[in-house]
Amino acid sequence: MLTRDAIWQALEDVPDPEIPMVSLVEMGIVRDVEIGDKTVTVTITPTFSGCPALQVMKDEIVERLKKEEGISDVTVETTYSPPWTTDWIAETARDKLKDFGITPPPRLDGTAVEIVLFEPVACPQCGSTNTSIKNNWGPTPCKTIHYCNSCNQPFESFKPL
Amino acid sequence: MNDTQKQALAAYLIALGDDELILGHRDSEWAGHAPILEEDIAFANLALDEIGHAVVWYELASDATGENPETHPNHLAYFRDVHDFRCVQMVELPKGDWAYTIVRQYLFDVAERIRLTALAQSNYPPLAEAAGKIKGEELYHLRHSAAWVKRLGLGTAESNIRMQHALNELWALAHQLFMPLPGENDLTPDDIVPVSANLLPEWEAVVRTAFAEADLTPPAANTSPSRDRSVHTPYLIDLVTEMQKVARLDPDATW
Repeated sequence: MLTRDAIWQALEDVPDPEIPMVSLVEMGIVRDVEIGDKTVTVTITPTFSGCPALQVMKDEIVERLKKEEGISDVTVETTYSPPWTTDWIAETARDKLKDFGITPPPRLDGTAVEIVLFEPVACPQCGSTNTSIKNNWGPTPCKTIHYCNSCNQPFESFKPL
Repeated sequence: MNDTQKQALAAYLIALGDDELILGHRDSEWAGHAPILEEDIAFANLALDEIGHAVVWYELASDATGENPETHPNHLAYFRDVHDFRCVQMVELPKGDWAYTIVRQYLFDVAERIRLTALAQSNYPPLAEAAGKIKGEELYHLRHSAAWVKRLGLGTAESNIRMQHALNELWALAHQLFMPLPGENDLTPDDIVPVSANLLPEWEAVVRTAFAEADLTPPAANTSPSRDRSVHTPYLIDLVTEMQKVARLDPDATW
């Protein structure tokens, strides 16, 4: 018997292709799961709309769910509404990002990103806020590159969106 | 929306997508050539964003008129005739020097932000939602290009001269962004899209302030040399030919 809970559980196994220490569920990318007769429809929302990893995410969802018994067909749909926000990143994922050397995005809770960007970005290694931004983009569009003036290490941070 | 409006909206969205796709392609030309490594990375990502936004607009256009192979994003980008593109001339021009790229990006980013703010209020919910989404991402573009305007305007004598030269060339061209887009007149009465001309005063106010703070002066001439988005510069032909070359060599290839 297929249950939505079981599908959500299975989706916890699907990593974000570009930040593999967190799952698509923890990132808030998986929005909905619908079960039909031996079919599952998963709705996801892109983080950044130009994200090149979107197709990989779809493929990995299909591959993972096909391993579940009783599923013959998996459809992955995308939605832009409501738009993804970094506030949907789970606390568990925030801790994992930090452990991996990526400063998690600040919580917006309705504050405009323009305002939040004035806040100093803390170094994920030593916690110092004596840091400078080095680039508005990093290895992926969703990250900025910083330098910690206290521990003299470069680091990445996830952009608030 | 009636059928005329659906067709009008598709034309409008394809024009918006064309601006993004062509500017994104020009931005991508800095990959491997930018003045510093950070900008190489920044402009590669910026290009990725712009091309991603083009896909969003093309998909919305396709949704408005019903699925059709002719409006698939891949078809629009790789198999459409160059004369059917509806981008503004400003985005077609070669990337020029770094100052030219920065001024173009900045003028475009401010205009886009103002348009997206208006589109986020559209009476057509899918358009309002997509505009809201893209607007959040574009903030990072504007922050980047605005910082460079200041840095180069107030940098050295040479950087200021290069910026002023770029501004002299691009200022009038940028005004084409505020000419009516294809389909616009069918959509404004129902508040599906804004009247482009109404976005101009805010844009002028924002960019004039920024240029003044960067010791740069927009030239007097402010009439776009072209009103019509079906008229292109020869540069677009070269760009589209290069962009479509691989796809057209083997149209049935799977990637």
